Amino acid sequence: MEYVPALARWLHFLAGIMWVGLLYYFNFVQIPALKAAGADGTAAGITRHIAPRALLYFRWSAVVTWLAGAALLGGQFVSAFTLSKGYAGIGIGAWLGTIMLFNVWVIIWPNQQKILGLKPATDEEKNAARRTALLTSRANMALSIPMLFFMAGGLTHRAAFGL
Amino acid sequence: MKNPLDSIWGTIISGLVLTVVLVVAAKTLLA
Repeated sequence: MEYVPALARWLHFLAGIMWVGLLYYFNFVQIPALKAAGADGTAAGITRHIAPRALLYFRWSAVVTWLAGAALLGGQFVSAFTLSKGYAGIGIGAWLGTIMLFNVWVIIWPNQQKILGLKPATDEEKNAARRTALLTSRANMALSIPMLFFMAGGLTHRAAFGL
Repeated sequence: MKNPLDSIWGTIISGLVLTVVLVVAAKTLLA
């Protein structure tokens, strides 16, 4: 059954690249682009055609990343999440990834549905949703930095930091 | 005080600071 962790690792990386790649796309490209597009009246193209597709792959790649990560941990799942001895590094990474997944589904996506008009909302609610979604997306971007540090560490981090 | 998450650089610096804090915490409390 050694194929399961090997395939889980591969899938974890593929989906994780898509998830974090889209997170960085939102923060580095789409948010500043929407600001500029709003000024010349071209934002509708982004909000109607690009953002919904990007959010679809974003939220589902987050789920696949987490599930593949859980499969990869296998019998070490509890040791990682309880930060047992020898599992602090991957455990902290796993917790950060889990918090990020929570933020995607519980905060970002419901607020984006209001912003994009997929869910009824007043202008005031849309403005509040924009602020909440922006700050949560930025929080996830900040969390991705230590998350990748701990997750992608492996032997080099063990040698350098003892984690 | 301005929210550091309002800017890209503030977000990146926050992430780097959090990384250092977590590494120190992990080494101190969990090693």
